[in-house]
Amino acid sequence: MSDSETITGKRLMRLRVNGEPHEVAGHVTHSLLEVLREEMGLTGTKHGCELGECGTCTVLVDGEPIYSCLMLAVEAEDREITTVEGLALQGRPHPLQRAFSDLGAAQCGYCIPGILLAAKALLDKQPEPARAEIEEALSGNLCRCTGYTKIIESVEQAVREMRGQEGTRA
Amino acid sequence: MKKNGFSVIGKPLPRIDGPAKCAGDTRYADDMVLPRMLFSRLLRSPHPHALVHGVSARRALELPGVHAVITGADVPTKFGIMPSTQDEEALAVDKVRYVGDPVAAVAAVSEDAAEEALGLIDVDYEVLDPILSIEGALAAEDHRIHTWNRHANIQKAVSFEFGDVDGGFEEADEVFEGTYFFQGNTHLPMEQYCALASYTPDGKLTLWSSTQTPHYVHRALSRVLGLPMGHIRVVATPVGGGFGGKSDPFSHEIAVAKLAMITGRPVKITLNREESFYVHRGRHPVKMWMRTGVKRDGTLTGMWFRSFLDGGGYSSYGLATVYYTGALQTVTYELPAYKFEGVRVFTNKPPCGPKRGHGTPQPRFAMEVQLDEIAEKLGLDPVEMRLKQVVAPDSVTVNGLRVSTIGLRECMEKVAERSGWKDKHRALPHGHGIGFAASSYISGAGLPIYWNDMPHSGVQLRADRGGGVTVFCGSTDIGQGSDSILAFAVAEELGLRPEDVRVVTADTDLTPVDLGSYSSRVTVMTGNAAIQACGNLKERLFEVASEVLEVPADDLEMEEGQVRSRSLPDRGLAFAECVERAETRFGTLGATGSYRPPRHPGDYKGAGVGPTPSYSYSAAVVELHCDGDTGEIRIDKVWIAHDCGRAFNPLWVEGQVEGSVYMALGEVLMEEQIFRKSGVHKIPSILEYKSPTTLETPPIETILVETDDPEGPFGAKEAGQGPLLPVIPAVSNAVYDAVGARIHEIPITPDKILRALDQRLKDPTVPEFTFPAPIRWAPGQGVEVPQKS
Repeated sequence: MSDSETITGKRLMRLRVNGEPHEVAGHVTHSLLEVLREEMGLTGTKHGCELGECGTCTVLVDGEPIYSCLMLAVEAEDREITTVEGLALQGRPHPLQRAFSDLGAAQCGYCIPGILLAAKALLDKQPEPARAEIEEALSGNLCRCTGYTKIIESVEQAVREMRGQEGTRA
Repeated sequence: MKKNGFSVIGKPLPRIDGPAKCAGDTRYADDMVLPRMLFSRLLRSPHPHALVHGVSARRALELPGVHAVITGADVPTKFGIMPSTQDEEALAVDKVRYVGDPVAAVAAVSEDAAEEALGLIDVDYEVLDPILSIEGALAAEDHRIHTWNRHANIQKAVSFEFGDVDGGFEEADEVFEGTYFFQGNTHLPMEQYCALASYTPDGKLTLWSSTQTPHYVHRALSRVLGLPMGHIRVVATPVGGGFGGKSDPFSHEIAVAKLAMITGRPVKITLNREESFYVHRGRHPVKMWMRTGVKRDGTLTGMWFRSFLDGGGYSSYGLATVYYTGALQTVTYELPAYKFEGVRVFTNKPPCGPKRGHGTPQPRFAMEVQLDEIAEKLGLDPVEMRLKQVVAPDSVTVNGLRVSTIGLRECMEKVAERSGWKDKHRALPHGHGIGFAASSYISGAGLPIYWNDMPHSGVQLRADRGGGVTVFCGSTDIGQGSDSILAFAVAEELGLRPEDVRVVTADTDLTPVDLGSYSSRVTVMTGNAAIQACGNLKERLFEVASEVLEVPADDLEMEEGQVRSRSLPDRGLAFAECVERAETRFGTLGATGSYRPPRHPGDYKGAGVGPTPSYSYSAAVVELHCDGDTGEIRIDKVWIAHDCGRAFNPLWVEGQVEGSVYMALGEVLMEEQIFRKSGVHKIPSILEYKSPTTLETPPIETILVETDDPEGPFGAKEAGQGPLLPVIPAVSNAVYDAVGARIHEIPITPDKILRALDQRLKDPTVPEFTFPAPIRWAPGQGVEVPQKS
């Protein structure tokens, strides 16, 4: 793999997104947000400020929620990146996605991809969070539509559903 | 209603756009990419007030990658949302009026190149003294921000006297006076402004934009660009939050359209977060004075209210806003006499406009705080005092507004009961308090923004031989769920499942006009239009079904995917088959429906603001802790009851109510759009412009009160704005209950509480101003208006 730049100043990057390896030409100065959206067409990740203030662009990098506007794409090379497009499992929506949709947690929906990923990161570590833990985990993601009520209820609904699924499997 | 009641209305079913939004699959404006697309940026004024003697783009045009630069000379036609105050220019022609006022626009191969080009545009400014306060605007008689208006910096001054105001105050046992100030704040939707224009070789222009009002953008583009409306298509993309902030036609929309015409390539612009604070159109800062006369038992005898609105640099919706500050004080409690005087001034700050509640949260704050003070002084319970004088249903207010159904009493009783009001009010320990307030809002403005007698909302319905149904409507889903409203209304009427109804909205080429997502009008107006369209389609379907099933047409209903007999339930025809037979008989099937609001009795000049098909009502109780040492407020809980007519879908109505409570808490506790003495915005970023996160948002208990309004589709009223209103004064009243400090200013920040506790917080001042002679009107003078109810 060469590090040489293209005529437009781009460089080839190796990004592993939603379990798939990609080779993408991107500017070394561009954020992960920009490369996901503009070079890879993964527009499910939104932006609200591009200054690390609103949480809208949250994605997971090695399972940790990060503001993709604050991470350079090159910093995410060879790491496991998860965006909202990677949440569904074999074509079936993730329990979080189903709960958010069923309970009306998505009004304008613009902050929802970031919130879903922040919630997933929480549930991956703490499958049975208390309400205060949910509030804490989502406190870096602004939503101006919902007052967070339906969002938090949806996370709790997803927890119940996931617990039920595990029970079935066992 | 059908024999077995509603099948989808009133049920907590999911929205039709939920799955896509939760999959990241919804395409917002900035998610769109077109081949050969260029990127635009706007050059904005660094001065709050300056003449522009010249703009030179020579150096910018030499930069590689720059395709075009336009200035005010390229788009000189003035425009504006209100027909009588067209005072905006897409790019400044000879003057800038606030820091951030657009001066030039660039189209380049990348955002970076466009940004770099901005630095190479030379503007010859002659800096003028800025006017930055209401008092300054009124005092500067020879120093004008605009020249079109009659009096110096006054955009509009109004004055009304309804009923016998002098008599009302003479009759009073006590008269209370107070001054109040509501600071401005902004919408802060998570999605920034974005627009994409394409001009094709056939001479047709398409603009995709994150807008709440594609119809008004359509009109403005035609006016400024000189293209016939038929050659322009405006598509509102799914709006990532609006709250009123995306309701005007904007400079960036016109700029990309013009740049696309010049370059022959698609041009996109996405404003950054800082710019959204300059585009603004948010809550007006309003200084207020209120005098209220009461009998000893708390009965209102008269009210005199003055509002002074700081409008910023342009008119925007300001003409309506100034009227709205005075219009709705009369629709909650019986008020026999009412005087209102209001004035909106220009200042060198970003223009204010409509934000959730448009012009009514400010006076409602003043009024509900004053009523709390009155109740205390008279030794009355503030809830009881209000309950005794709730406006009667099917009545006309002193200012000529017709109230149809009113669930205010039940709202007040419910929140008082659920919150344990009686046991807590004036009974909680120091630092712990509870407050109450109530309010009302419109379910859509009674008049369109430009004068015409056409429908406010139109729906077209298409049924094809496969049984597919598509509903076309110009309405714009800004997150409130208006697309789902259409799908559910049609599904209910045609006996289908909502997921079987396709919805095409907000596209001026494809959809009949709907005026837009503002004034809480969409559910009532599109819902009624959709029901009418379904009725027209059903006539044909019933005609053929009646023959096939051998039952009279008036015995038929549509349910569970069938046209079937009410009296003989085993006689039914599948919807798809019925459509096929109807198409065979009548040819291609389509139907239309439309809606215009009813008139109100008021017939004086200015009576156009305030009427609506139905008023929604809300009541709130807020319980909080207030730390006397730090001034910090922690909201423990909000109880809110809302008269929504009928809960079209309880989940969605709750969502609107909860979001309104949230936005109110932001406004009352922390949000403010504030400026330095130089006219520069103090905090144009999300980091500094504080808004509540999950950690500041308390539990919200929502109670839906249903009144089944005859004007509403299936009885529904609005839910998206009204519930914001009572929360703000309820917080102020709760702070008083907690620590004994009356705060007459919004936001109620810790520093104000500490100053109030030290007796150092002065009451707000209001300017000296001579209002015009009042327009007088009293009930009985108006027009007789036939009503549904």
